[in-house]
Amino acid sequence: MIAEGGLAALWLAAALSLLQLFLGIAALRPGGAHLLRVVRPLAVAQGLLAALAFLILIWLFLRTDLSVQLVAANSHSAKPWLYKFAGSWGNHEGSMLLWVTVLAVAGAAVAALERRLRQDTLIATLAAQAAIALGFYAFLLMASNPFTRLSPVPVEGNGLNPLLQDPGLAFHPPTLYFGYVGISIAFSFAVGALVTRDVGPAFARAMRPWILAAWIFLTIGIVAGSYWAYYELGWGGWWFWDPVENASLMPWLAATALLHSVTVLATRDGLRAWTVMLAVVAFSMSMIGTFLVRSGILTSVHAFAVDPQRGAFILALLILYIGGALALFGLRIGTVKEGSQFDPVSREGALVANNLLLTVILGIVFVGTLYPLAVEAVTGEKLSVGPPYFNAAAGPVALVLVAIMGAGALLRWRSDRVKALGNRVLIPVLVTALAFAALLVFAPDAGILPLLGLSLAPGVAAASVAPLWKRNLRRTPIFIYGMVIAHLGIAVSMAGMAMESAFTKETLVAASPGQIAHVGDFSVRFDGVEPIAGPNWTAVEGRLTARRGENGREFQLRPQARMFSSPPTPTSEAAITTHWNGQLYVAIGEEDEQGRWQIRLWWKPFVTLIWFGGIMVALGGLLSLIGRLRRERKIAPKVDADAPAEPEAVPA
Amino acid sequence: MKRRFIIWVPLTVFVVFAIIFAIGLYAPVARTVPSALIGQSVPEFELAGALPGRPGLSSGSLRRGEPRVVNIFASWCIPCRAEAPQLEALARRGVPIDGIAVRDRPQDLAAFLTTYGDPFATIGADNDRQVQLNLGSAGVPETFVIDGQGIIRHQHIGAITNADVPAILAAWEAAR
Repeated sequence: MIAEGGLAALWLAAALSLLQLFLGIAALRPGGAHLLRVVRPLAVAQGLLAALAFLILIWLFLRTDLSVQLVAANSHSAKPWLYKFAGSWGNHEGSMLLWVTVLAVAGAAVAALERRLRQDTLIATLAAQAAIALGFYAFLLMASNPFTRLSPVPVEGNGLNPLLQDPGLAFHPPTLYFGYVGISIAFSFAVGALVTRDVGPAFARAMRPWILAAWIFLTIGIVAGSYWAYYELGWGGWWFWDPVENASLMPWLAATALLHSVTVLATRDGLRAWTVMLAVVAFSMSMIGTFLVRSGILTSVHAFAVDPQRGAFILALLILYIGGALALFGLRIGTVKEGSQFDPVSREGALVANNLLLTVILGIVFVGTLYPLAVEAVTGEKLSVGPPYFNAAAGPVALVLVAIMGAGALLRWRSDRVKALGNRVLIPVLVTALAFAALLVFAPDAGILPLLGLSLAPGVAAASVAPLWKRNLRRTPIFIYGMVIAHLGIAVSMAGMAMESAFTKETLVAASPGQIAHVGDFSVRFDGVEPIAGPNWTAVEGRLTARRGENGREFQLRPQARMFSSPPTPTSEAAITTHWNGQLYVAIGEEDEQGRWQIRLWWKPFVTLIWFGGIMVALGGLLSLIGRLRRERKIAPKVDADAPAEPEAVPA
Repeated sequence: MKRRFIIWVPLTVFVVFAIIFAIGLYAPVARTVPSALIGQSVPEFELAGALPGRPGLSSGSLRRGEPRVVNIFASWCIPCRAEAPQLEALARRGVPIDGIAVRDRPQDLAAFLTTYGDPFATIGADNDRQVQLNLGSAGVPETFVIDGQGIIRHQHIGAITNADVPAILAAWEAAR
């Protein structure tokens, strides 16, 4: 009966979303304002029901109820409990339920917490969120029911894809989805504001915390996914330009642009149409990503549901929602008055440049991801687009973007003088020039992109901290700290990427026991292999002893080649040791015909900075969110659409 | 009026991509990537017999008017053991099969054939992997269907499972 309970909760949530949509539309008609009191609790109830359905699915997985088809196909009674728990979203139906749950819970959160938005805009926003939810409930219930029963009941389940049997699964998909689907809020806000013609600073200030919250989760999700791929796949890379990685990067790029343009709208009432457009684009990218992953149209390590029927269903939803929102944009944005104007040399000007460059990168990733599909649709030819295209095309743009990011935060709002900016960026420019000269001398063959990235990083780091210069640090608003830490995080992450790309050392050996291999300044001795057994796998574990330099302390490395029993799949568990200036990464392959083992060794200097920087970016977002919310509370909650734009604190 | 035009650009772009998605969704999907060597002639090679007293394999013997199957394998390769019954099944249907043993030792090879069956008409010894690479094969096992003129008609990468037998048989029948 438990599974039926979940199904009932899902149907009920779908019914409530339909009701929410109709009441929302009715409430927007003259004399319907009193309906808001009904729409808010409806949205909350809908969110709770979706969450209940999801909790029930987790419960079914935890107790391995094999009479449920999804559990039998993706779980196994001998699996550790963590993977039973996380396995509930390690498959198409379960992850789609998580998707819809996040959508509904985000809508419920807006209904419960949003107090500053104009009432009619809030109703329109909740109606839009309900419309999206309704389509995806229909998709779940008609084409991807997670609660389908199985008869006869099998004695054992098929088990979870071993690549997913990692603590990363418990963490990466939920955080990613909270951002990836949570950004739907921005989409609904934009649609709501277009319907009520309420695009202005008050609207932007109401929308900003929601965007920030989703963006923080998205950032953490991407960083976690990158680190997971790095240690789990055993290829030593941290980003593969896989279509599904791109599917999470594209909403992030759009949301990052949105985060900055919404600040211009909130502070200076500029970029009205552009901000609305970005809000629509960000979640559209999420929906397109969902379509790409689940239709089987592109092949990828993440693709699970290869089923054209499901693809057609989601494509219909895409056309309805994205097409609808873009058409509404076309019809309504002409009636939204132009925002206020500004000088090219100003904080706004730099933010516009930042937005355009982020959009260019988004376009590059979008085209690269979909180009094979377009070519195949037109000519039938098969091809693939790989890292050389993405790195060469997006890399230089990203460098310019980061440079402008450093300078932009030092500009005043509205209008500034080029000469004044020159004085402020003097130190960062000097730092970059020095770093560039030093690199030319000490590492001339690092490659042009890593060289530029590595020289730019310290300069941008200096420029990022500069807004705190000569300020009373105790009276500086928290959101300024947020900006500083996030921008610093970008510089740190870029330094990590550049160093990983320029200075990584790789050695591949076929080693017999006793043999010593060298990588970087490490010498690694292969002592042999041992068979070991885990809860649901067996492995060949390599025993290696490493030592740094001549007299370094010896330490053990134990990479594994694992064989999972259900389903039978080999995976590689790399052995990674972190040192103050990088990571030693060891993966073991197969035994060859002479009894030697393939061992791959990497020395990756400062590679951890990539993720450390990413976490700083997310932390900066969090501080910014806290700072904004505290300030809003201080200013007293009032619903006033025409409040004068408060100028933000500008660094001296 | 310029602004009016720009407003509709995003919708237009989206519509174009929606059409591409629809085509991609309903176009017949070929899940296998065809090898670039299909339709090409086998490169010239001459391999000595991998076992004493058994004939070796040369490219000339693949151009004698009769379509043949060439299986690249090794006694040290585990998946090759798994595909042995499927090769035997092909041989029973009258398909002539030649083997290319990669980096193998005669005594290991003889033991392998005794244990897992010997469907091979000839077995060439490819001790430096040169012929395998020239054939465009990256690993073991791999199987090629070659027509009577020595043109490669079909390539199967990895072990042959029961599900793959009909496709290989069909390719061989088509080459006759």
